[in-house]
Amino acid sequence: MIQLENVTKTYPKASRPSLDNVSVGIEKGEFVFFIGPSGSGKSTMIKLLLHEVQPTSGKVVVNAKDVTTLRSWKIPHFRRSIGCVFQDFRLLPNRTAYENVAFALEVIGKTQAVARRVVPEVLELVGLGGKEHRYPHELSGGEQQRVAVARAFVNRPLILLADEPTGNLDPDTSIEIMRLLDRINRTGTTVVMVTHDSNIVNQMRRRVIEIESGRIVRDQARGVYG
Amino acid sequence: MRLKYVLNEVLVGLWRNVTMTVAMIITMAVSLTMLGASVLLYLQVDQMKNYYYGEIEVSIFLRSDVTDAQRQAIDQAISSDPLVSNKTYETREEAFNRFKELWQDSPDFVKSIGPNSLPESFRVKLKDPEKYKAFADKIQGMQGIQDVIDQRALLEKVFKIFNAIQVIALIVAIVMALAALLLVGNTIQVAAYSKRREVAVMKLVGASNWFIQSPFVLEAVVAGLIGAILGFVALFGFKIIVFDQRLQALTNILTPIHNSNVWLMLPLLAAVGAAVSAVTAWVTLRFYLKV
Repeated sequence: MIQLENVTKTYPKASRPSLDNVSVGIEKGEFVFFIGPSGSGKSTMIKLLLHEVQPTSGKVVVNAKDVTTLRSWKIPHFRRSIGCVFQDFRLLPNRTAYENVAFALEVIGKTQAVARRVVPEVLELVGLGGKEHRYPHELSGGEQQRVAVARAFVNRPLILLADEPTGNLDPDTSIEIMRLLDRINRTGTTVVMVTHDSNIVNQMRRRVIEIESGRIVRDQARGVYG
Repeated sequence: MRLKYVLNEVLVGLWRNVTMTVAMIITMAVSLTMLGASVLLYLQVDQMKNYYYGEIEVSIFLRSDVTDAQRQAIDQAISSDPLVSNKTYETREEAFNRFKELWQDSPDFVKSIGPNSLPESFRVKLKDPEKYKAFADKIQGMQGIQDVIDQRALLEKVFKIFNAIQVIALIVAIVMALAALLLVGNTIQVAAYSKRREVAVMKLVGASNWFIQSPFVLEAVVAGLIGAILGFVALFGFKIIVFDQRLQALTNILTPIHNSNVWLMLPLLAAVGAAVSAVTAWVTLRFYLKV
């Protein structure tokens, strides 16, 4: 599903590479944590998978597509197979929960009829039934993140990337979000999550890949934060 | 639905930043007016050239003390010249009558010129007006000729002035177009900035570049089209007020500007305005949004 082969990424003007000759493979349906201190290269990993940055050398394969040679006009279509959740939610403040999720469908050309059918379903799935018409500022942090997860998942992506999705949430809310991600993982979606949250990693007992200074220092099935 | 979405985005976009939009439209309108004026002038000069070059004559004015023998020799030389297509002879009286007719509105001026002060002349039409030099060289040295005048040379001076005006209009059009370009670029940047959250989400969920860019590009195109229409209205108004009313007498000499030519400017200005706006917006977005 995701294959990194000898990937090195050096940003311009950086003294050392953010990722240094990294090779890792992730199978379909896996749930993987990337952990490591700030600046270790975790976020670069996410950006590489999304084709926001290009590797300096090496090969990135996602969904059997070689991202490194992907033509730029094909990127939008490629991204439709990947859902994304971020620490800062990235919701549109002037749109309701329903509209935020529907927006993701509209802009990839789905009709409103499709949105009317699919959006309530996915909002129900993330536990926001009855709150469809609230604006982001009328929702708690945890609820906003649920909207973001709903938006990432509404298109039924093959992969869900989560960049510190619990970074702005309290421990209880974080656990609820993790349950949600776990549920999504059980539908067969590959979940890749970047985090510093040791509690969560220890509780979930899933594959843990630890990065330090751009190198993988640990790759452990059913691992803990360490 | 997508059409409705895009149109709505365009209107909201233009309105959100209305002062900039107005500035963009005005610059675009001025630039396109100048472009239209320049093209019209070009067409006009072309038309006048066709018209007047057909009418061009070479005038051979005779000295007042010309003898009959000399006149006959000149007549002979002109008639036998293969360059000549036809010739007319004008006596002093005929010249004076024509002069009186031409200046009938200023009798004082006519009175100051006696019937004998105008020279008699031959009016010669050449088969090819370009061959004037060859013809003049042959005829110039003959006895009894005061002056040989080529109307073409006079006309060319007039056309030179028109050409200069046309070039100036074109330069103004280009300079204004540059200003319009920068304004379009700026307006699109502001529009993209004010919608950066939407754009970020769109990129994230994989909206096509076309979908992300089209509202911005259309926004610029709509402004460009409004500018083109305003420019066209200005051009037409100018034509009616200045050429059809104020300077009507002049238009009789200049050959009239046809309305059909002015109408032709509408699609031209619209196409140029829309294309320039669209390309500028698109290029700006390529740099600014990096989609």
